[in-house]
Amino acid sequence: MKIIKTGSAGTLESSDVLITVRSNNGRGVQITLSSTVEKQFGKQIRLVVLETLKQLDVTEAAVDIQDKGALDCAIQARLIAAVHRAAGIEKINWEEMR
Amino acid sequence: MKDRLRRTMLYVPGNNTGIIRDAAIYRSDSIMIDLEDSVSYRQKDAARLLVYTSLRTFDFEGVETVVRINGLDTPYGREDIKAMVRARPDIIRLPKTDSAHDVQEASRLILQEEKKNGLPEGSIGLMAAIESPLGVINAYEIACASERLVGIAIGAEDYVTAMKTSRSADGVELLYARSAVVTAARAAGIQAYDTVYSDLNNEEGFRQEVELIKQLGFDGKSIISPRQIKVVHDVFTPSAKEIEHAQKVVEAIDEANAKGSGVIAVDGKMIDKPIVERAKRTLEMASASGVLSRKEGRYHA
Repeated sequence: MKIIKTGSAGTLESSDVLITVRSNNGRGVQITLSSTVEKQFGKQIRLVVLETLKQLDVTEAAVDIQDKGALDCAIQARLIAAVHRAAGIEKINWEEMR
Repeated sequence: MKDRLRRTMLYVPGNNTGIIRDAAIYRSDSIMIDLEDSVSYRQKDAARLLVYTSLRTFDFEGVETVVRINGLDTPYGREDIKAMVRARPDIIRLPKTDSAHDVQEASRLILQEEKKNGLPEGSIGLMAAIESPLGVINAYEIACASERLVGIAIGAEDYVTAMKTSRSADGVELLYARSAVVTAARAAGIQAYDTVYSDLNNEEGFRQEVELIKQLGFDGKSIISPRQIKVVHDVFTPSAKEIEHAQKVVEAIDEANAKGSGVIAVDGKMIDKPIVERAKRTLEMASASGVLSRKEGRYHA
């Protein structure tokens, strides 16, 4: 999936995460993370993000994550929504979703 | 699935991860995650994804999961069905149902997705909310429209607006619609659910409304806050006196059957078939509400 514009999804409410995805031409995937639980879960959050981007076949993106203690399933949902918005794709391919 | 206890169906906004995660802890009979009115148009895609990943992740500890989708006449309803069948809630709730065709179309789309995902046919239940004068007129046809249907609900806000009135304390403006919906449901052999009561600070008014809808014959009610659960469960749980009487009736009829005698009386009143049926239902409700346990075919407090 190719990122063509800025797309974000999520909120700054407790247990949620606000994810913004931008194009990152020629620089692969870059993640910036600010989280209320970064010390304990920073590594896990990055792992979920990288794995989800791989599933979506996103190889180039700047991903900004402002986390308010979201669980993995919320991070996945927000990232998938943000990537689709940033790729200008309205419909999700549900058959490909895990 | 069809006859499950559904006294309380707690609305949960579909785009709020913390509320979805914690929804089961209040022990309503069902939680109803909403993709429709509580989600703005710009967030439909994000909410659908959040509900999808949440349903596939969280354990709702035996609390039934219902998802209210968007209407099939909107750009979102069909996509909701595609996603939700894969996410496997127990029930999909269709809003703004005006005709049997609406139910049949939703059921057909669900079936299509069940097949695509290798799920047994009918594994996802369907509920239909009637929210218009036309829907009320067509209530019986709607209630009979699909084997998948577990119940129909009355949604009051759009209905009263279309009727050129508004909601009042005693609910007189809803009397016909409520009666029509519950009668249609009973005639079709499915459940009936009442609409929400929005004034969270008026507990007495809420209790009166719950007593009214129970008396009309409804199985339960949609609720908007965990604070409303206890009142509904209290009203729907039979009292000790009702349980005692029901037990006497059932014991008397069992004894009469054993002896082969016909007419019987309990506390000086003749007992006939409808009274026995009501007594059995009282005991079933008491058992389902957790105030009685059933052992060896008899009820024990």
